[in-house]
Amino acid sequence: MLIKIPSKSTLKTSDITDESVYLQRRQLIKSMGFLGAGALLGSTVSTKANAGFFDSKDSDTASFKTTPLNFKADNDNLSLIKTPEQKVISHNNFYEFGAQKNQPAELSQNFKVNPWQLTISGECDSPITLDYDDLTTMFALEERIYRLRCVEAWSMVVPWIGFSLADLLKKVAPNSSAKYVLFETLHDPEQMPGQSNRRLGGGIAYPYVEGLRIDEAMNPLSLMSVGLYGKTLPPQNGAPIRLVVPWKYGFKSIKSVVSIKLVREKPQTTWNKLAANEYGFYANVNPAHDHPRWSQASERRITSGGLFAKNRIETLPFNGYGEQVAHMYKNMDLTKYY
Amino acid sequence: MLFTTSNKILLLKVVIHLSAFLPLLSLYYLAFNDQLGADPVQEVIHFTGIGAFNLLLVTLTVSPIAKIFKLGYLLQVRRLLGLYTFSYAFMHLVNFLAFDLQLAWSLFFNEIVKRPYITIGMIAFVFLTALAVTSLNSIKRKMGKSWQRLHNYSYFIAILVSVHFYWSVKSEIISPLFYMLLTIVLLAFRYKKIKELILSMFVKKIRSK
Repeated sequence: MLIKIPSKSTLKTSDITDESVYLQRRQLIKSMGFLGAGALLGSTVSTKANAGFFDSKDSDTASFKTTPLNFKADNDNLSLIKTPEQKVISHNNFYEFGAQKNQPAELSQNFKVNPWQLTISGECDSPITLDYDDLTTMFALEERIYRLRCVEAWSMVVPWIGFSLADLLKKVAPNSSAKYVLFETLHDPEQMPGQSNRRLGGGIAYPYVEGLRIDEAMNPLSLMSVGLYGKTLPPQNGAPIRLVVPWKYGFKSIKSVVSIKLVREKPQTTWNKLAANEYGFYANVNPAHDHPRWSQASERRITSGGLFAKNRIETLPFNGYGEQVAHMYKNMDLTKYY
Repeated sequence: MLFTTSNKILLLKVVIHLSAFLPLLSLYYLAFNDQLGADPVQEVIHFTGIGAFNLLLVTLTVSPIAKIFKLGYLLQVRRLLGLYTFSYAFMHLVNFLAFDLQLAWSLFFNEIVKRPYITIGMIAFVFLTALAVTSLNSIKRKMGKSWQRLHNYSYFIAILVSVHFYWSVKSEIISPLFYMLLTIVLLAFRYKKIKELILSMFVKKIRSK
């Protein structure tokens, strides 16, 4: 009889972490934190009513299908170190799908983006409604590698794909009364659990509303994005179409837009209404003007690397886009109009 | 006898060690290997912060339970729970200073002074440190009556921490309000004691005038 004596370094089958356990590692440490974290109001919201510890996968990101796009590549910003795609699509502030960073990716995968209607109306001569196919075919798409600075003092570098907001607005021919542009996110509590569950939705008012001054909207940097990293947007990043305003804090860049309206008055925007002393209407990135609860002088740039990544960098005025945008604010007191 | 009192205490302590220490271990293992979401820094700060608060509340639950269910031996696990509370709070602070601010000391001190929620968090941590270093039996004996007086500050710490949590959030206030409610409930069990403490402070002030 052959008796096999395994060497000490040989792994037994029982030593190998089951893949389903491995994929659940974040949930696992949360559930293990009985005293440490999970006992009271823990940090996970189960996506399914009776989800067991190990029966659903860590990321359902595969379940939403994104499709490759044709676009003109951005060759001017290749020196920027991009945030890895996996981090861009798993670390999101999109309270409609949960107020914690990992929740939008987990709770949005069944979001329906087709059919979609985006209406551009208000103070203009020829209002239009774009449907899902128009979003990617009406304009030539281009890649724009932009820095994204969150008001929470972290930042990313994202290769967006889209078209100029200015091109879209020119199509509807704004009239002389159009002083501001008002944007609205889809309101659909059945699909967006944060809109019907106050705890999940972080207690902000829905639908989410943002706004720009007309000259800001017409600035060539203002982008309507339909994709990132070469493909259409996943829901957690604002599918099927979102705004990207790279010189302003991230909350200005409204997601999953259904309405763009040209208006006479400055719109009441979501975060500004909630806490005007913390979130101004302009929200231009400004290292000299602190958020009441933290400094805006520096930021942590999320790239790759774990806890020891040395990623704290100085924040630049207008997020480094001063050359293209500072002239719009030259007679304004930016500590008053923050 | 399998379930002698000392066995029960031992068992309880083992459970506490496992459920407080293992999560920390796996947290840092994942964080150092960049397997803790896109921003491991935020994750470790929140995990240790909320963990410290959970442990503090559990510590404060021990004596009401011991009293109500007449399980006096439970009091012997309070020090261990308290020390884990301190350890989590210490790591919470280390995470903020070392991984979030990345040892920008001037920014660190600025933030402590400038941001009320960080100021009170820091005050709570200073008190917590005082309780942790005086937890040794030899020091406890030397301190006599003043030991209990110092350790009554745990109630004050709980209040500070609940405000620290409430002030730190952007808009999701349901969780901090729930924690605040728990804190109030746990302090309500000490209603008489806290009333006496406040009265005695008041009386001393009048006398010294």
